[in-house]
Amino acid sequence: MKFKGRVWKFGDNIDTDAIIPARYLTTSDPNALAAHCMEDADPKFVKKISVGDIIVAGENFGCGSSREHAPIAIKTAGISCVVAKSFARIFYRNAFNIGLPIFESRDLWDILSDGQEIEVDGDNGSIRMLDSDRGPLSIEPIPPFMQQLVSDGGLMKHIAKKKT
Amino acid sequence: MTITEKILHHHTDLKEIHPGMLINARVDIALGNDITAPIAISEFRKAGGLKVFDRDKVVLIPDHFTPNKDIDSAQQCKFMREFAREQGLTHYYDVGEVGIEHALLPEQGIVLPGDLVIGADSHTCTYGALGAFATGVGSTDLAAAMMTGEVWFRVPETMKIVFSGKMKKWVSGKDLILHIIGRIGVDGALYKAMEFTGETIGQLSMADRLTIANMVIEAGAKNGIFIPDNITKAYVAERAKRLYSFYNSDPDAQYADVINIDVSNIELQVAFPHIPSNVRGISQVGNVKIDQVVIGSCTNGRIEDLRVAAGILKKKKAAPYVRLIIVPATQGIYKQALQEGLIEIFIDAHAAVSTPTCGACLGGHMGVLADGEKAVSTTNRNFIGRMGHTGSEVYLASPAIAAASAVLGRIASPEEL
Repeated sequence: MKFKGRVWKFGDNIDTDAIIPARYLTTSDPNALAAHCMEDADPKFVKKISVGDIIVAGENFGCGSSREHAPIAIKTAGISCVVAKSFARIFYRNAFNIGLPIFESRDLWDILSDGQEIEVDGDNGSIRMLDSDRGPLSIEPIPPFMQQLVSDGGLMKHIAKKKT
Repeated sequence: MTITEKILHHHTDLKEIHPGMLINARVDIALGNDITAPIAISEFRKAGGLKVFDRDKVVLIPDHFTPNKDIDSAQQCKFMREFAREQGLTHYYDVGEVGIEHALLPEQGIVLPGDLVIGADSHTCTYGALGAFATGVGSTDLAAAMMTGEVWFRVPETMKIVFSGKMKKWVSGKDLILHIIGRIGVDGALYKAMEFTGETIGQLSMADRLTIANMVIEAGAKNGIFIPDNITKAYVAERAKRLYSFYNSDPDAQYADVINIDVSNIELQVAFPHIPSNVRGISQVGNVKIDQVVIGSCTNGRIEDLRVAAGILKKKKAAPYVRLIIVPATQGIYKQALQEGLIEIFIDAHAAVSTPTCGACLGGHMGVLADGEKAVSTTNRNFIGRMGHTGSEVYLASPAIAAASAVLGRIASPEEL
């Protein structure tokens, strides 16, 4: 699992109402949700990003509502992975359940600015800054069960695989 | 072991469990609503699901955008309704019977002490008030539970909150939980269980306990839980239609943190925008003029909440240019409020009284805020844009503050009336 892309930074306690406001929850169509991704945190977000870009956030990313529409919107908008200082727990499990890769790093946020390019290597647990001389940062290891969920393509595929 | 660990353990076949372990556990109730269930149903079908694991244990409640607020919501509800009918679900409640899920399930005895409950709604943690393990999950978790009857968990560490002292006049469960969130922050209990104990618990009604457990998610917790006692027994005895179990924490149970709170020092609390931890005592609020008041929701829409509001609103009126919206959380509560004369008091106070819906709380319908407007609300979240325009502001408080604020047109204590 390697992800290379430009970084978009957000602060602490980005809630799921900011990621996908409730006024858009009258549908669960992933493309319709993706069109409003991060809208109440940054109204221009969807226009700015390219496929493969990376969200880098502060503490408690994804707090609030359990809406799975939040990681679905992020994934469908083309964001390859999210790196945060910490994640709210329902968002954390939703991301793994739907196959959106997420990583925890306490140090990355402070040394980056918007638009910088990084490479997140989920296999060896490191992040490289592609436009600076700085050495790689390590990321918190993902528990083996979560790795399995992501490599199986999410929870439902994992369950189907276990059955057969 | 703690009560949380014991309940989780009893829902596995494992010899022992401990905090940090990843487990698969059997669920007693799996819940979804009109926003989260459609995704769960689609995932269930995509994975080849034909019949849910137990039609008595999968509960679907269309409460968020109902009565249908627009065509898209109507389509989502129809999709869910057809699934409920096809599956022959025992617990499906449509408009006219429906209530706000976290008020309805305890009221109807659908969730009981000792249960393991998951819900695709973050405020599923409410049922911890009964001494159940209850936690919010996502739609895919719900799909997996509908299929297998199981869900994966990391066994949480427990934070113990010990309440002591006697509460001041007007102070309620809402003030206690807002005080705690203000003290530990919105991620102060991240991934943890919050266990509420201490001598004050005996003074807390089931309504107060439900309000406290409801908002533990606002401190990041996985679940909040009370040890069942005589108040629990009285509440469930008349509602339960199946067996239930009371669990207790062992004297040598291990806690990650212990927080002691003397409630006699706590005044009425208000959470300022835009985060539930931005809490001030009512004496520190200052002059905040308001445009709207909402009394209701899974946090504070129970009969006890309406009685407090009616006591303050009796023979008074909402201030000019302040919209007062009151939402009894279930049809049962609505009917009881009608019989007790509360609805008449509300109407005479110029309140709009609504059928049960989550609408206003999440800016869906029935009370959406415009740019620059301020609302006092007895709900649970005050994030940017939560109740409407991103330029609006939500102040969270108890029904007592909400009712007094409606009359005075600014955030106010009932003592000022």
